[in-house]
Formats: sequence, structure tokens, C-alpha cells
Amino acid sequence: MAGKKLKTAYDFTWRDLEVGNILTEAGNASLRRTGDWRSERPILDKAKCNKCGLCWLYCPDAAIKVLEDGYYEPDLYYCKGCGICAKVCPREAITMIEEEEK
Amino acid sequence: MEEKSIKFGKSLVPIEEFVAEGHNFCTGCGEALVIRLACKALGKNVIINMPTGCDEICTTPLPVTSWRVPWMHTLFENAAATISGVEAGLKILMKKDRIPRRDIVTVVMGGDGATSDIGVQALSGAMERGHNFLYICLDNEAYMNTGIQRSSATPYGASTTTAPAGKVSIGQTTWKKDMVAIAVAHSIPYAATACPSYPFDLMNKVKKGAEVKGPAYINILSPCPTGWRHLSNMTIEIGRLAVETGIFPIYEVENGHYRLNIDRPRLKPVEEYIKLQGRFRHLPDEEIKKIQERVNEEYRKLKAKVAAFAA
Repeated sequence: MAGKKLKTAYDFTWRDLEVGNILTEAGNASLRRTGDWRSERPILDKAKCNKCGLCWLYCPDAAIKVLEDGYYEPDLYYCKGCGICAKVCPREAITMIEEEEK
Repeated sequence: MEEKSIKFGKSLVPIEEFVAEGHNFCTGCGEALVIRLACKALGKNVIINMPTGCDEICTTPLPVTSWRVPWMHTLFENAAATISGVEAGLKILMKKDRIPRRDIVTVVMGGDGATSDIGVQALSGAMERGHNFLYICLDNEAYMNTGIQRSSATPYGASTTTAPAGKVSIGQTTWKKDMVAIAVAHSIPYAATACPSYPFDLMNKVKKGAEVKGPAYINILSPCPTGWRHLSNMTIEIGRLAVETGIFPIYEVENGHYRLNIDRPRLKPVEEYIKLQGRFRHLPDEEIKKIQERVNEEYRKLKAKVAAFAA
């Protein structure tokens, strides 16, 4: 990784590792896109949302982002589509739709 | 970085993630949620030691790492021994003023295999010597990382790849090992159980375990959609049912004093928990009845312990 700035975790091979497999950047797993695992994606209906934050709290992948205006939005770069947010939402503001649907 | 947090009732939860997104945990993993919440409760001044397991494999796929706090990996069997060394090393370096004196929490996060099977000897030694550390067991009730092999934490009747259900077997034929009782037997200052379905209870316990001087042990149930064979969106629901049916009661033991944190006047029938999971799908009614009797008995014993100290 010496001197090379990574764009994604995938343009990186074993040749780029430091001696001793040392990783020089903490938390660089956030470069990886886990969103392409998804088969269903969460859709937020802002009219129903009461900003309780339970979706953010329960998301195992930390894929719900806090917006400036206090709403919570699923980050589809990381979201694996487990559907926990839709399940725990007390107002049913989040629905899961098939990835093929628009 | 600016310290920001979200307020839920009386609890403040920091927005900052100490375990980066983009890890390899399965869709809907309960363990990922436990690690995320526990790290939020622990904050930055920690050294985390992690024995092999899902948690280690998934957070550090080699070219990248999810960790934003000091973290190291050890083998299954010596996680508690390693953290003993870290704790003793920090103590002596601070005593000699080689590093600035401050509170650094030493934590082990291990799976149930690393805790109750392979690492139990080192854990017992570390608890007996009274090192100041926190041991978090991420209990997903089998060796999920290598493909759902049974461990001593696997519950009765669960089908695993090394204890498969079939014509002659109902799967696991032994009962779940009670690791909290083993921890309590070392007379440690703090032992508890928790579940990510009750996140504030979990975070409070992790904070408490970190503040306690001396060993602390927390057993955290982590529903595993892959190994338990349930829908990925049912993770929270199943954790909650495990508590509400009395299969996994949430309690804490402070200096030998038992306290139930979530006490329901009436337990739900265990069928509600069992029917949702594919690993129990083969169980006939008489086996479910047997599990129910065992759960009632264990819960009665726990209540008796709680009542003995309440007086």
C-alpha cells in the first residue's frame, strides 16, 4: 500500500501489501462495496418517518446514515438488504422491494 | 473528529462507527450488531483482542480491516492469556511512566467456541488471577465460521453439520453449557447476559463491565441467520423471543448478587422461538415439551437465586 492511494479495495493485490502484511490505514474496509450482495433494497417513506432512529440503531452493517435534517437514510453502498430496518420500524416507514423493481 | 451522538430517551449513542462498514458478515448477522453496539459503548480507549471466529474473519479480510480501534488477533485457546499479558504490560508501563497514565479498557471478544470449548482454560486462569479485563462472548451457539459445527454452547435439539438430525438422531443431544455460572464460580465482580434485541441494556452492561475493577464476563446471544436457518430480517425478533420465552434470560451478577434485568410475569411458550428456526425444524412435539420443561426448571432456579439476594 506504500504510496498508493486506494480507490476501492478490489484494485489491490497481495503485491501491494507491506512486508509482514501490515495494514497502514484503519477502517479501510469502508472502501468495500457490500451493497452488491443485496437482493432486496429498503425504501424510506419520509412522510411516515418520525425520526426515532431505531433503524440506525439496529442495522448490523452500519448502513443507515444520519442526515442533517434528522432523518435516517439507507446507504445503498453498504446495505446488504437484510430487512431488519423494515422489521423494527414502528411506523412501517421502510419497505423492502425487489432489486429489479424501479 | 467531532463527537456527536444520538439521544434515545436517557441514553446517548455515539454516531461514530468504531467498526467500519464493508465487513464480510452475513446479511442480517446478529454478531455484527453486537460488535457495533459494544464498540460504541466502549469508545476509543480500548485494546480489543479477538480469537479466531466469524468476528475475526469477517472484520479483517486481509487487504482491508474494519477496525478503527486497537485490535489484535490471537488463536482460539489463548485469547484470555494474551489479554492478561496486555493488561499486565500496560500496568507496569504506566507504573514506570513509560506511557501516559490513563484508563485503557482491555477487552476480549470471542465466539462461543473460543469461549466455552477451546479457550475456557485460559479464561478460567485469567479470571482466577483477577486481571482487569472484560470478556465478551458472542454466543451464536455453534462454530458458524467453519460451517455450523456443534459447540458446547449449542442448545439441545439443534441440528448442526456435526450433530445432524436424521432417523436416529435429533441433532445436539446435550444441553447448552452455562458459561455465566462458570464465570460466577470464579467469584468475579461482574458477569451478565445480554442480547442485541435490547441494545441499551447491552450497552449499559458493556460499560459497566469495562468500569468494574477486575474480570468481567458478558455472554451475548447473537442470532445467526445462516446457522440458525431463519430469515435475515428476523434477527431482532428471534433474540427478543429467546428472552421472552426464558430460553436465554437476561440477568446480571454483581459480586454474587443476581438480578433479572428483563422479567416477564409470564413466559411465552418455547414453540414460538423454536418454530421460527430451521435448525429445530425436525423436532417432534415430545422433544419440544422436554425443552419447555428444562427451560421452566432453569428459570425457576434463576428466580430462586434472584429472590435469595433480593431479601
